[in-house]
Amino acid sequence: MIEISGLRKTYRSRKRSVVAVDDVDLSVGEGEVYGVLGRSGAGKSTLLRCVNMLERPDAGTVSVGGVELTGLRRKQLRVARHGIGMIHQHFALLSSRTVAGNVAFALEVTGVPRGERRARVAELLELVGLGDRADAYPSQLSGGQKQRVGIARALAARPKVLLSDEATSALDPETTESILRLLLDLNRRLGLTILLITHEMTVVKRICTSAAVMRDGRFVESGRVADLLRGDSELARDLFPIDAPVSVPGATVLDVTVSGEDADRPLLAELARRFDVDVRILGGHVETLAATRAGRWRIALPDDSGEAADFLRKTGARVEVAS
Amino acid sequence: MTWSEVFELLGTGLQETAWMVGVATLLTAIGGLLIGVLLVLTDKGGLLAAPPVNAVLGLIVNVGRSLPFIILLVAIIPFTRAVVGTTIGTDAAIVPLTVGAIPFFARIVEAALREVPADVVAASVAMGATRRQIVGKVLLREALPALIAGLTITVIALVGYSAMAGTVGGGGLGDLAIRYGYQRFETEVMIATVVALVVFVQLVQMVGDVLVRRLSHR
Repeated sequence: MIEISGLRKTYRSRKRSVVAVDDVDLSVGEGEVYGVLGRSGAGKSTLLRCVNMLERPDAGTVSVGGVELTGLRRKQLRVARHGIGMIHQHFALLSSRTVAGNVAFALEVTGVPRGERRARVAELLELVGLGDRADAYPSQLSGGQKQRVGIARALAARPKVLLSDEATSALDPETTESILRLLLDLNRRLGLTILLITHEMTVVKRICTSAAVMRDGRFVESGRVADLLRGDSELARDLFPIDAPVSVPGATVLDVTVSGEDADRPLLAELARRFDVDVRILGGHVETLAATRAGRWRIALPDDSGEAADFLRKTGARVEVAS
Repeated sequence: MTWSEVFELLGTGLQETAWMVGVATLLTAIGGLLIGVLLVLTDKGGLLAAPPVNAVLGLIVNVGRSLPFIILLVAIIPFTRAVVGTTIGTDAAIVPLTVGAIPFFARIVEAALREVPADVVAASVAMGATRRQIVGKVLLREALPALIAGLTITVIALVGYSAMAGTVGGGGLGDLAIRYGYQRFETEVMIATVVALVVFVQLVQMVGDVLVRRLSHR
């Protein structure tokens, strides 16, 4: 649905130039929720703005829904943009218009005839759960409600793709959760493809089927979340940070990462029974992610239990000696 | 001079001032909006980015802003004569008033439009809005309260300018205050003029404030 290859964007000022996006390839399949994770300054915002040509890339190609955007003339680009919804960290609503007016604005822009707007606005507001606030002004809404208006507006032209620029970063955890649930719901009900950028792990955990970690303008790693968890990935460490000692006298400390069905297998109990070892859990999590169940533990095994570690490896879990 | 004579003079003066300021305001609003919008659009990173055009426009505006009104009034006499055929009277005064106020209001418009958050404009671009839609439905509409507040300031400045225009035969309250109040020592006229001006300015400000409050939903 979104194909990016060799994307590069450099910002030049008089004194120096900064490479914001450095040779990034990205492919987002239809119906996928793809998260780009990175700290501020990693270039993820520039990357997202290149997808709908808010920023012109210096090199590389971007195509959305099979349409190559980098080569389009202004007018064609405008039409292409109707098929790409976008939501923003600070909502970017028109303060002079009511909730209904903000959604109607998107319809005016896409050329929906006046007579059809009212019904479509009502339908969109119903979709995001704001049917009763149509006449309120943005300043009278909470952050979560404002973002719902942003989402309704972004969906006005029935886009196939939604770009999310830190859509939950200005919201509290509970509101974040409700917005993420809405996005996931839209993804499933409308088959909406979502490309989002965020610095929040929760977002990736809750809704992303695929993810990339971005640093200094490059993708450090990328792929399906389930696959990333199985490999030696930063994402696994970042999704499940463990704050526990890495060495225990007389014991080997291992980090065990499991995903899919393994996450719910009584693996450690099995280990203890089979090898008659005392497994100590030093820290860990098991959680439900958007695409899979996954967990990560830090455990301590007595020094002479090499067999037990081999057993763990054979089950398909990822086992590393903690350090 | 009797009070009824004073009131008669005052009535005429008020009418003249209202006419001068009214027409000049209308022309200034149009000219100032146009130039203010262009200043924002042609700026670096703007929707019609054209730095050279922006620089020239900025220079013209600055020249207009740096001339004291009383000097502008005299300096553009040939232009005034070319436009209205005379340099005396209220109609002639409207020309320098407008020329003086346009750069002033243009800067106010520019500042007001810059207050519209960049991400709101970016969001409109991302939605596929045309430049015309962005200017009309986003920039001008979102800045409307600030524009009205700025226009109020401009109208009041124009009342002040119009008094100066009065001194070169422009008529109005300023003319009245100078000719009767100052040159003929008619203190009653002076006081009446001052009171009339205070009330006039007060009314303009009140109307402006009410409009701004009504329109602002921030």
